[in-house]
Amino acid sequence: MILTDLEPITHTIQLTLKPGQHDGDGHRVAAAAARHLGLATGRVRTAARYTVRYGALGTAQLHAFATRCLADPVLHDVTLNEAVAPVPGFAAYILVARGPGVTDDEGTSAQNALADFLNEPLDTHTQHIFSKRLYLLENDLPAADLRRLAEELLGNKMINRFEVGRVADGIRDYTPRPGGGAEAVTETISLDGLSDGALVQLSKDNIYALNLEEMRAVRDYYGAPATQAARRAQGLPADPTDCELEIIAQTWSEHCKHKEFSAIINYKDLATGEEKQIDSLFKTYIKDATAEVDRQLRANGNDWLIKVFSDNAGAVRINPESLFVWKVETHNSPSAIDPYGGAITGILGNNRDPLATGIGGARLLFNTNVLCFGNPAYDGPLLTGQLHPRRILEGVRKGIEDGGNKSGVPTVNGAIVFDDRYRGKPLVYCGTGAVMPMQFAGLDSWEKKIDAGDRIVMAGGRVGKDGIHGATFSSIELDESAPATAVQIGSPITQKLAMDFLLLAARRGLLKCSTDNGAGGLSSSVGELAGISGGAVVELEKVPLKYPGLRPWEIFVSESQERFTLVVEPGKMAELMALGQEMEVELTDIGHFTADGSLDVNFDGQPVARLALEFLHDGVPRKTLEAAYEKPVATEPEIPALADYTATLRQLLGALNICSREAVIRQYDHEVKGRTIVKPLMGATGQAPQDAAVVRFNFESWEGVAVSNGILPRYGDLDAYQMSAGSFDEAVRQIIAVGGKLPNLSPGDNIFWSVNDNFCVPDSVYDPAINPDGKQKLAKLVQMCEALRDATAAYCIPLTSGKDSMKNDFKADGVKISVPPTVLYSMTAKMEDVRRAITSDFKQAGDVIYLLGETYDELGGSEFYALHGELGALVPRVRFAAAKELYVLVGQANDQHLIQSCHDLSDGGLAVALAEATFGYGCGASVELPASGLGLAAQLFAESHSRFVATVAPEDVAAFEKLLAGRATRLGTVTDDGRLTVRHADQTVIGAPTNELRHSWSNGPVNQLLGVDELAGFGETAGH
Amino acid sequence: MAQDSQELAHKVQLPAQGGVVRALVLTGFGINCEEEIAAAYRLAGAQATIVHLNQVLHGAVSIHDFDVLTFPGGFSFGDDLGSGVVLANKLRYRQTGPGGRTLLDDIKQFIADGKFVLGICNGFQVLVKLGLLPNLGGDVTPEVTLTHNASGRYEDRWVRLRVHPRTATPFLKGLDVLEVPVRHGEGRLVVPDAAARRALEAGGFNCLSYIDAAGDGTSEYPHNPNGADLNCAGLTDPTGQVFGLMPHPEAFLSAFNHPDWARRRRQNPAAPDEGAGLQIFKNIVEHIAQKHSVLAN
Repeated sequence: MILTDLEPITHTIQLTLKPGQHDGDGHRVAAAAARHLGLATGRVRTAARYTVRYGALGTAQLHAFATRCLADPVLHDVTLNEAVAPVPGFAAYILVARGPGVTDDEGTSAQNALADFLNEPLDTHTQHIFSKRLYLLENDLPAADLRRLAEELLGNKMINRFEVGRVADGIRDYTPRPGGGAEAVTETISLDGLSDGALVQLSKDNIYALNLEEMRAVRDYYGAPATQAARRAQGLPADPTDCELEIIAQTWSEHCKHKEFSAIINYKDLATGEEKQIDSLFKTYIKDATAEVDRQLRANGNDWLIKVFSDNAGAVRINPESLFVWKVETHNSPSAIDPYGGAITGILGNNRDPLATGIGGARLLFNTNVLCFGNPAYDGPLLTGQLHPRRILEGVRKGIEDGGNKSGVPTVNGAIVFDDRYRGKPLVYCGTGAVMPMQFAGLDSWEKKIDAGDRIVMAGGRVGKDGIHGATFSSIELDESAPATAVQIGSPITQKLAMDFLLLAARRGLLKCSTDNGAGGLSSSVGELAGISGGAVVELEKVPLKYPGLRPWEIFVSESQERFTLVVEPGKMAELMALGQEMEVELTDIGHFTADGSLDVNFDGQPVARLALEFLHDGVPRKTLEAAYEKPVATEPEIPALADYTATLRQLLGALNICSREAVIRQYDHEVKGRTIVKPLMGATGQAPQDAAVVRFNFESWEGVAVSNGILPRYGDLDAYQMSAGSFDEAVRQIIAVGGKLPNLSPGDNIFWSVNDNFCVPDSVYDPAINPDGKQKLAKLVQMCEALRDATAAYCIPLTSGKDSMKNDFKADGVKISVPPTVLYSMTAKMEDVRRAITSDFKQAGDVIYLLGETYDELGGSEFYALHGELGALVPRVRFAAAKELYVLVGQANDQHLIQSCHDLSDGGLAVALAEATFGYGCGASVELPASGLGLAAQLFAESHSRFVATVAPEDVAAFEKLLAGRATRLGTVTDDGRLTVRHADQTVIGAPTNELRHSWSNGPVNQLLGVDELAGFGETAGH
Repeated sequence: MAQDSQELAHKVQLPAQGGVVRALVLTGFGINCEEEIAAAYRLAGAQATIVHLNQVLHGAVSIHDFDVLTFPGGFSFGDDLGSGVVLANKLRYRQTGPGGRTLLDDIKQFIADGKFVLGICNGFQVLVKLGLLPNLGGDVTPEVTLTHNASGRYEDRWVRLRVHPRTATPFLKGLDVLEVPVRHGEGRLVVPDAAARRALEAGGFNCLSYIDAAGDGTSEYPHNPNGADLNCAGLTDPTGQVFGLMPHPEAFLSAFNHPDWARRRRQNPAAPDEGAGLQIFKNIVEHIAQKHSVLAN
């Protein structure tokens, strides 16, 4: 077997497991190929390969490096530049390499190890060592099957390169050679005299994602005599440069500018004929609503709302010394085409928001993730470019694992929602909470101040072609022609180093402020910061590149990850650069801020862009959109009543949207930092699901924060307003359940709440040809926003930041898959003493069980109806005043130590909540449902909002019933017989051992898919 | 580059004070449990200083000014090339002084001086890859390894551990059973030959074992979360001065970290707020303080 490679100075190191060593990776590939692809691989052996392209290294040096640094002496055999050691009985191979320019952290770490080994300076910033994996298969599978295995199981053709074949024919290698091609030239693009059709085509061809009106505005700006004169005077070409158009496109993208949330909307209710005009959803329902909440808070001596909507994340005051910073983002489009890369850059990118809020340098406290996928067991056809929901789930899960775990940030809670309408575009919500001191070196930490003359410093990773057009790409529908450059793989280690640096630089007073490089790259970060001082000059040739061959505009808009833009006073540059060098974070001075009103971008002294900030930031034409609402026709189904609902309960516990997520949860580190008090799963069994996370801020005090997520998309099919209101209420009641308290109940109580709203909706812009139901979709969005405004007012809970993602459609082969209109409310609230947190699990036999709140005939949209393939009509409604009153009472009961457990009622209603509460310790429960006018199915399974199952110790019953008078229904007692027994009208309607119910729940489809049943090779390891 | 730079400046300039136990906690390059480990030492009564590894490698901070050196958990260099590998490589090969001196040379001296080294999770992996654990042959050569869990997956779950009755390490003095979380993907100890297994067992150097509900050592998942040889969760060297373990005692500094804390508080309302994981840190701090006071007298 000859390894073919054309480069004489290229060396290849291969590590193979010694005979007898357990090849877990190989086992899993064989098992997954059989299970998911129906391919019989036989045994699979894996090997790691490293191709080294450092010219001056000799074979002896490299051999020493391979054996002493790369190989584990216990595990590995090493070969250097040799044919693959013939392992008898392996017929086929798959080599998985990375494509050109794709992040290769493993290769980079090998470079660092080589530099340490040689004790010589070595270029570790560009790629010289390329890591790959080789899989040897026992069975002689045809090339088409090998390629399928490679593309569907081992990698993603958007980022990987594969070689497959028979071992006997020789193993082909592949080593990427990024860059090359483009020279650093800037071109002009004439808009003068272009027809409407030509303007639209230009926008589409270049992925500007600008509509006709916006393209006209750009054309007219360049055609205006004032612009022409100014450009002549400055020596600029009359036509816009490619860089200028790219800057405008990024800045005006829906992703960055939120044009639809800022649009004028003409709304019509088709049933009543009522019409109204909404002057910006954001202003009307979010900004103004929060301003009103803030007014009420301040009137009551609660002035903890510090920064809302105006920075990378919202900030509220914890105490006189510190701020809590909170941001939730989405990363849907990238996750659809590369689930792993999309999710890891989602979480790392969202981490950078609180890190770079105000001056920057907050300490990250926790992550939370909410994911929406299609059914992983989906067996229908896939469109061109569409990945199977199972692959999306597995890739996203792995991305969140690596993004969170490797950054040392605990993933403290989350949710997974399944609906087949998410199979085109998944929703990947990433949230991060952080703590920042009120001041850094005597300056208010949350302020962003910039003066002319301050330096612009790029910190962290280098720039490549990865992630070009991310901002505009996410602002259009996804189709089969998604650009490969929009995909990128994150590097958690690069970001960790930059994060450690930022923390220290801020505490030493070296930063004036900072921001992250996310969507739009430098164009967006410098462009936004320039708005503070009034201008900026960037010298693009100074920007360090991963490899040569980028055009200036590409450098400016690239979204290469793990980068921050720092604002530094000239006198502090030397100290800052020295700290960067010591901490091995690359810092580059790329320009300075000005006050001349323009954004100047130069390359080698030649202007490549000069744009007036006023036009750039305020020149985008405002949209006017049409919304029309027609109430969907819905009817209640006739479902025959049963005498015994035990089997129904078991089915619900095993339902996709209710069953345990333990296999996902345990692959996230939920307790690094040592501060997590209420984790996703608790109890002696470690299997009792909790309603919200509780995290303490530090080790010196017991103050902490409760974290919850509310999301109920299926109710939106019946009533978008109630869906949004219910989602908000769900997040509030989860925090109440763990012992949180509503804000502003007493003067100066300083109980902060900080909420992020995240709207993810299908294209809601009406177009008779391509989006005929756009008016109805927009009407639903309006209703969702109205509910948000009403909820914030009812509970006096402010929004602090948020995001809207407006184009969640996947189009291919003439088919469009659109997500259901979805909103996630991610809530945080201060806990004064985390030791007073309440967990959901029943704790002691004899405790009395209560239902708190009221159940209505509201089975519409329920999991119970879904089990019968029905949607129903009577959607749960939020009764804000009654809910608030109950939440206040529950808080008072907690103050008096009256509650032993509390679990909020959601999917599956009372029956599921009762079962789940027994999972922590294997307690039983004996419950008698009251003789109310309500049907048995509704009592058991209705998902009416604002309810809890709570337990109270016998000695506290009198005090509890007095306090909760009228709002608590006594249901029964916790027992030690390990059985859940529910009786109604003298009949047992549910009766089952609780460990069997727990088994139904923990062996549901999610754990079946990702669980420990694939523990291949456990026996083998026990043998040596 | 201590996380708290002022504190470092203050501490390092202080001459060694009798009685004060000084703990050095390394960070940087993807280490991420330094804050809770420093908190553990402080709660145990020691002075804890978090220092970036480069400050030690570049000579700004000397490990010899401290009593106990700690390698925290995390993902040093992203676990690329195998967890702990690149960091161990840096300590072994990166020259820090004249004559090709490395930090590993300093650590050997540190141990020879009777001082203590603790490695947790990724830190344990570093000590094993360096050969500081178990160091049965005394020549600091890798003898065992830690590699991918038998499940092939990273897991966060709480486990129960039994302390080997023959262990001599002061870190585990007086401890029998310990509940702590594991949070790793590469925690399966592989001991390649029977002689090494016998030697570990004979000396009690396999100081911590995963146990089942009945209290017996087990190879059964999930009680043994990774399939480790000898059901082993932690090792000491023959001196007992070097101790490493996969689970995270620093994640159990308060009783409220335990997943079943709420029911336990109900049953025993008077139980202390302190978590059982703190005892390991109290043990070593007390041991060193006693040594100091003996020397002072």
